[in-house]
Amino acid sequence: MSVAPPVGAEEVRTIFERGAPGRRAFVAPALDVPERPLDELIPARLRRREPARLPEVSEPELVRHYVRLSRRNFDLDSGFYPLGSCTMKHNPRLHERVAALPGHARLHPLTDPARAQGALELMWRLERALAEIAGLPAVSLQPSAGSHGELAGILLTRAYHAARGEPRRTVLTPDTAHGTNPATVSMGGYQVVHLGTDARGGVDLDDLRAKADRDVACLMLTNPNTLGLFDRNIAEIVRIVHDVGATAYYDGANLNATLGISRPGDAGFDIVHFNLHKTFTQPHGGGGPGSGPIAVSAALEPYLPHPVLVRRGGAAGNGSSAEFDLDYDRPLSIGRLRGFQGNYGCFVRAYAYLCSLGAAGLRDASETAVLNANYLLARLRELGVTELLPPAYERLCMHEFVLSGAPAKRELGVRTLDIAKRLLDHGYHPPTVYFPLLVEEALLVEPTETETRETLDEFAQALAEILREAREDPEIARGAPYTTPVRRLDEAGAARRPVLRQGL
Amino acid sequence: MSRYTAVTESDRSAMLEAIGVGSLDELFAEIPVELRRERPLELPDGLGEAEVFAHLRELAARNRSADDEISFLGGGFYDHYVPAVIDMLLERSEFLTPYTPYQPEVSQGGLQAMFEFQTAICELTGMDVSNASVYDGPSALAAAGYLAKLTNGRPRFVISRAVAPQARETLRTLSAGFGTTVTEVGLRDGATDLAAWTEAIDDEVGAAFVALPGYLGTVEDLQPLVDAARAHGALVVCSADPIALGILEPPGSYGVDVCVGEGQALGNRLDFGGPSFGFFAARAEHLRRMPGRIAGETRDLDGRRGFVLTLQTREQHIRREKATSNICTAQALNALAGVVYLSWLGRAGLCELAELIARRTAYARERLCEIEGVHAIGGGPVVREFAVSLGLPDRDSVRRVVLRCAGERVCPGHPLGRDVPEHPDGLLVAITERRSREEIDLLADVLGRALLAERASSAAAGGGGS
Repeated sequence: MSVAPPVGAEEVRTIFERGAPGRRAFVAPALDVPERPLDELIPARLRRREPARLPEVSEPELVRHYVRLSRRNFDLDSGFYPLGSCTMKHNPRLHERVAALPGHARLHPLTDPARAQGALELMWRLERALAEIAGLPAVSLQPSAGSHGELAGILLTRAYHAARGEPRRTVLTPDTAHGTNPATVSMGGYQVVHLGTDARGGVDLDDLRAKADRDVACLMLTNPNTLGLFDRNIAEIVRIVHDVGATAYYDGANLNATLGISRPGDAGFDIVHFNLHKTFTQPHGGGGPGSGPIAVSAALEPYLPHPVLVRRGGAAGNGSSAEFDLDYDRPLSIGRLRGFQGNYGCFVRAYAYLCSLGAAGLRDASETAVLNANYLLARLRELGVTELLPPAYERLCMHEFVLSGAPAKRELGVRTLDIAKRLLDHGYHPPTVYFPLLVEEALLVEPTETETRETLDEFAQALAEILREAREDPEIARGAPYTTPVRRLDEAGAARRPVLRQGL
Repeated sequence: MSRYTAVTESDRSAMLEAIGVGSLDELFAEIPVELRRERPLELPDGLGEAEVFAHLRELAARNRSADDEISFLGGGFYDHYVPAVIDMLLERSEFLTPYTPYQPEVSQGGLQAMFEFQTAICELTGMDVSNASVYDGPSALAAAGYLAKLTNGRPRFVISRAVAPQARETLRTLSAGFGTTVTEVGLRDGATDLAAWTEAIDDEVGAAFVALPGYLGTVEDLQPLVDAARAHGALVVCSADPIALGILEPPGSYGVDVCVGEGQALGNRLDFGGPSFGFFAARAEHLRRMPGRIAGETRDLDGRRGFVLTLQTREQHIRREKATSNICTAQALNALAGVVYLSWLGRAGLCELAELIARRTAYARERLCEIEGVHAIGGGPVVREFAVSLGLPDRDSVRRVVLRCAGERVCPGHPLGRDVPEHPDGLLVAITERRSREEIDLLADVLGRALLAERASSAAAGGGGS
């Protein structure tokens, strides 16, 4: 585990508590234009009276502070990170290298398209590849993350129904959905209608039939769902939704299970979002950046966010002979969702990944992700772990699976949270816990395709060991972790008396 | 097996046997046959690492980056120097590769950096509380609209055309979902038309949006705008440029409710528009309606100081349809660059940087306005950017002039015509600490000659240039 022992016995200090007045890392370039009094440039009443109280540190202090901070993080490069629904696969360093090339990293977003042809071609190729993977014709790269893609999809749905003179009121979401789905529905001005889950972990078709009416604007579905299960009724679900004139939205958070194996567009979905920071291995940066492109059907294409990337045959009407251009003349477009063209730095990385893997490599990635997940589950069964942490559904899983910690809680008095914290002492990042909500004491485990069989074996052993230990002495897990830079933190206190900035 | 996976043939058979299935295909048995794809995807074959690098380098070579020319492009993204320490820190695995800090015991580095970021943003903007970042400046502004909708539910927003066009558009896009209409108020002499502003605001207005400086570079006195909006109980949202806040009185001093902005200028790459970060800071009374992650300080079981994500009952994973935002993944790594950059500049450094830029910007505006036919759009004070009218008949002629300058490796600025149609021959010129006096003089020279050439060729073609 990369986590260093606590840095000496020293109390944690923030950057604002380091340094001394007058210290600095930055030296401004010399003034080379006439030094006019500031009052002549900007009236005193508009100028800052007190400087912002930023840190005053030297460069060595700055470096040491943040390097020390970094050592208090667990990271994917140094340990197994089976965080369900987040697809923590290896981040190739090649991607950082190509993204840093000045032609990409130093390109201004307002550069005339004729002089950014390499960037626009890269985006074009990425769009085409995503369209092929989704099985849908049109793509917008603009959304900045999965939830932003969802919002784009809901606003497209709104524009689509408005254009047909059929404003609608509700959006259907299964009770297994990520929280982003219902939150997006509200931001898009619709009411959420929840769908139940059937005994096999799929959408309850009877419930869907009862709730699908002409007031429904859209169904938002994650498939494989957040239980790690592929819904075998998917075509029927889409048919029911289409029969009432609603759109079918595919949350692509779990696309890592089905690349090249099954395409949402072929199942009839109208809108799909991708998480480039999950499926296409953009490093997650401790909470972003991400990127959430959407692919849509021909019927929804006119409403895509603008500008739309176009490839022109021959000379364009605007005097430009450039092959790739940005089209702002999109009268039905929902408009923009953010500045410029999206998170291009993420596109470079995702495109490099697609180039490396190709069609066969993508399929292999999904097959191996599913193989690894099922193998890990098999190992947990073999070691008896599933007696106390049984899978929520006794089926083959896709790229992830859900265990329930209910028996462990009942029989050992050890909760899912305790098991997760004890995993930290074993050098692992725990799975996603307490999600999905409909499984009691849930642990959502996603190993990804880039882990070795040995790692999966060792992780299974660690879980078995934690349960064995808990049988003997549950207090150990309840007090975990012990080896991390800090132990359990008072989260309730933090929320009750929020301290959200350094006092200065 | 690709170079990023590790399952050998013998691993695979052993693993399938452990699972109890005979083939990989059986693992996908739940997918109905008619939805299972037999043909491979129509994508190129995979390439080796060296080949991928060469291909991506070839694409990069077909872009004209800020390394290839002297660039005066701005409009929200600026060519500031990014110190080496930022590259070095952001490449560290421990910052680059973790997910969102769901397990605080092993995420203290990221969480503390968020806490420090929030502190720096509060200091910069003069606001009480900050979140840990949103996607970018325009989406931050639209998120403030949602906060207003949740706060007072009023049906209308008013926004000054001093706010960047892309931010105005983003607000309009999201307002379709909020059920809110958007009224724009125009500019007079580069600043918000106060009479029209006052006229536009009534008790139906949920939020009023202003900018510091405005998109055309002008710094205006926000106080009358803020007072007019608050008199009707509207929230006031200010979009601010963080570098300009090194010299300008911060929005918090004017009593705004929310201050948002684009963070690219703080230690982030140009990256053709992203990823960067948006900041979102507010008065304390709005804390529980803020979007996004917020880090808070607390103690561990042994009494040691630590940090956690807090006030999560605002967020989508807890509150679902009642959440204050749908945002989940934001821009943590870019925000880290932001706080490292602000620490690198330091208290005095930020002021010195802003003053240097303000002086060079004033110099550049004077130099360009000496060119025949060129005059400033708006005469008010500017900090880092200004707009000029080139005295040309239309957008196409502006584009020709810009491309003519580009031939001499100078990108003179951003043509305003598409986004700001009231100035079809406008050019937005941005200055950073990287643009020396010598380069500004070169700009004046190159632009002057390009304008002469454009007028000559349009006169020869019998065109209507004035």
